[in-house]
Amino acid sequence: MLLHLQRRLLAVLPIALGVSMICFLLVYLAPGDPLQTLLPPDADAETVAKLKQLYGLDRPLPLQYLAWLWQVMGGDLGQSIATGRPVLSEIRRSLGNTVLLAAVAVLIAFPLAMLLGTIAGYRSGGWMDRGVTGTAILGVSLPNYWLGIVLVILFSVELGWLPASGMGPDGSGTFNPLHWEQLRHIILPVVTLSMIPVGIIARTARASISEVMAQDFVTTLRANGLPERRVLRHAVKNALPSVLAVMGLQFGALMGGSILVETVFAWPGTGFLLSKAILTRDIPVLQGTILVLAMIFVATNLAVDLFQSSLDPRIKRG
Amino acid sequence: MSVTTTPAPVLAPPLAAPRSRGYWGTVGYRLRHDPVTLFFGALLLMIILSALFAPWLSPFDPYKESIIRRLKVPGYMGHLLGTDELGRDMLSRLLHGGRITLMMGFVPVLVATLVGGGLGILAGLAGGRVNALIMRVMDVFYAFPSVLLAVAISGAMGGGVFNALLALSLVFIPPLCRVAETATTQVRNLDFVDAARATGAKLHLVLWHHVLGNVLGPILVYASGMISVGILLGSGLSFLGLGVKPPEPDWGLMLNTLRQAIYVNPLLAALPGIAIFLTSVSINMVSDGLRSAMDVRL
Repeated sequence: MLLHLQRRLLAVLPIALGVSMICFLLVYLAPGDPLQTLLPPDADAETVAKLKQLYGLDRPLPLQYLAWLWQVMGGDLGQSIATGRPVLSEIRRSLGNTVLLAAVAVLIAFPLAMLLGTIAGYRSGGWMDRGVTGTAILGVSLPNYWLGIVLVILFSVELGWLPASGMGPDGSGTFNPLHWEQLRHIILPVVTLSMIPVGIIARTARASISEVMAQDFVTTLRANGLPERRVLRHAVKNALPSVLAVMGLQFGALMGGSILVETVFAWPGTGFLLSKAILTRDIPVLQGTILVLAMIFVATNLAVDLFQSSLDPRIKRG
Repeated sequence: MSVTTTPAPVLAPPLAAPRSRGYWGTVGYRLRHDPVTLFFGALLLMIILSALFAPWLSPFDPYKESIIRRLKVPGYMGHLLGTDELGRDMLSRLLHGGRITLMMGFVPVLVATLVGGGLGILAGLAGGRVNALIMRVMDVFYAFPSVLLAVAISGAMGGGVFNALLALSLVFIPPLCRVAETATTQVRNLDFVDAARATGAKLHLVLWHHVLGNVLGPILVYASGMISVGILLGSGLSFLGLGVKPPEPDWGLMLNTLRQAIYVNPLLAALPGIAIFLTSVSINMVSDGLRSAMDVRL
């Protein structure tokens, strides 16, 4: 197990470095010089050269990257152009809200999707299966930002039951699930965000359950006279590792993918931060947020991988 | 002695050999007998045609604004689907908007199929270091959630249709490369490829007839599923203010601008989303039908 852990960590390292490299290069994708955002348009050549030297922009790109990486490792992601605050503190204030949103969305999606997928996989080919598969396709075809708007129209504008945006009275403070006013604010974003994971997890569950049901040991169990309910329990047990893995991956994907839903609901998370940074062309915030979210995605993928191999002895730990 | 001639045994009429349709014949046969896929295929065709012929189908000029006719309900003064926040005809804008949205779906997938598929086949055929180099670079891009990568690239480069198309292409290249690489590696190690090489077939002939023929199917099925992702992501970028610039009509952008009007006329804000949804669901259904029609194990 320890060897496996070591090997996985070693494999992740170059990926993490590559991700940081892409994030570093994002600044150079932006039109114009990175300095342009800092300088007045009529700055003379001397000032430009001075600033270039000050920021190390006159050095070759690989050196700049290393210097940047060193800074980032030390926790310095630069400063927001729009607010002047350090990017890291901006991210810190919003990251928790996104984690909360993504975690609740996945936790709600999982049992529902598992139920749908098990029903469909158990009777694969039947009408229930077709119904569930169709629903799963609808789930991944829905633009979730549109679903969010429709839910706002229904429950906020027409019925007036739930708030249309924001996070409630305490804002981004501590979230308390017993606080009804805060709970009200999270309902619509969570429902909207869980749409895609429901579709994807249900599909996976269906595929793995129907695969398990076709295996020989199921026939043996039935031949031994095991009641159908207990046969199903075995099937679910066998299918669970891969479904849990997809669930973990979905959590990571939602962390980065909640930008549209957060924008619709003005949910003060990292997605909302990103969408504000795009509007104000605040490149340091854009770069820092994307770096952090991508690293979280890499870390969740690694965690899922390790978790899965510790759960399922069939996966080689070599 | 008379030679008794045994009557020649009456030969049973030769059994009609089961008519073989061939691979693509079977795929076509299955598709023709799949009503769900046919229905969504027809719907998709209709959407594509109405986007193509938008200038001739539109009852109004999609850019013509009218201050007194803002946010009107469907049916108002000949505006079949009402008017938007600047008094422009919704139906005409939806028809025209389909052009860019469909382009966001098809162009990046086409580019990614060519580039990613090509790289993947190359990696699969070359193996060794070339494979490692290509696939490790892809792994890095894979390490981003797709929405995040699209937002990162087009967010850094700034809005505009071209930048959005470029960002989406970059998002789709790694998955297509992976699919192509897996399929190619599988095919390359099959005996019949070795057999073809052993009989002296030229490398490019083996490539053309054996490898490409067997690899193209999985790549195309996978790519067809990506088109709807492209449409959702592309409209999402426009929704965020990346992608299409106003006053150009685009479904994602319309969704964004009409969002402010939900308290006045909520139905209008739902319309562009319905268009996106119908398009992406029909592409997914057609892709799914294609996948099962092309499945040789069935």
